[in-house]
Amino acid sequence: MTVRVLFLGPLADIAGQAELRAEAPLDWTGLLAAVGPNVAEQLRDARVNLACAGRVLADKTTLQAHDGDEVALLPPVSGG
Amino acid sequence: MRDVRLMETGFSPAPPLAALARACPDAGGIASYVGRVRSAGVLALELQHYAPLTLPGMEALAEEAAARFGLEGVTLWHRVGRIRPAAPIVLAAAAARHRREALEAVAFLMDHLKCAAWLWKRERRADGWHWIEPREEDHAALARWKV
Repeated sequence: MTVRVLFLGPLADIAGQAELRAEAPLDWTGLLAAVGPNVAEQLRDARVNLACAGRVLADKTTLQAHDGDEVALLPPVSGG
Repeated sequence: MRDVRLMETGFSPAPPLAALARACPDAGGIASYVGRVRSAGVLALELQHYAPLTLPGMEALAEEAAARFGLEGVTLWHRVGRIRPAAPIVLAAAAARHRREALEAVAFLMDHLKCAAWLWKRERRADGWHWIEPREEDHAALARWKV
């Protein structure tokens, strides 16, 4: 009964790991607690997005991740 | 014609450009942009993507450009992984009946890739790795399409 939490880009450096496993179900409050204070502070930044099960959430605080879901923490992007 | 790819290994822009030209015989113009790793001070560049989002997002972007500018064809290739100096990072090409649509479409594609594609870029310089964030002018360039 776990959710896979992925840290993309610079968030992996801040988290000190590329991913972790959290207890399912996982909501916004649970995610903030699971990722630790440094990543949680980044997560509250409006420019950081959240995807759950392959979809970007319009409002990340509505997160409801279930067993087997993958949650990705998406910092500001830089392609091209 | 749509040719949208994430490339794990290096590529030469010439073959995909030739393929676009062949696929679009009615296009009066083909515009293209090749982004490369800067050589000055950069030892390596690394691009990270997120598979569930990155390629689907690029495909949607290519579709949006094709519809907006009435394109005959779009080619959008982006490297991921570690890339050496002077090697291509991205190829954006558009085939259209007239030049203005082709040129504008390439600018549209690149402005969106810079700030709105699911890619994260870091550079290795002499003092270590540095994550790159879009500059203010990149955000301004993207905003001009939202009118």
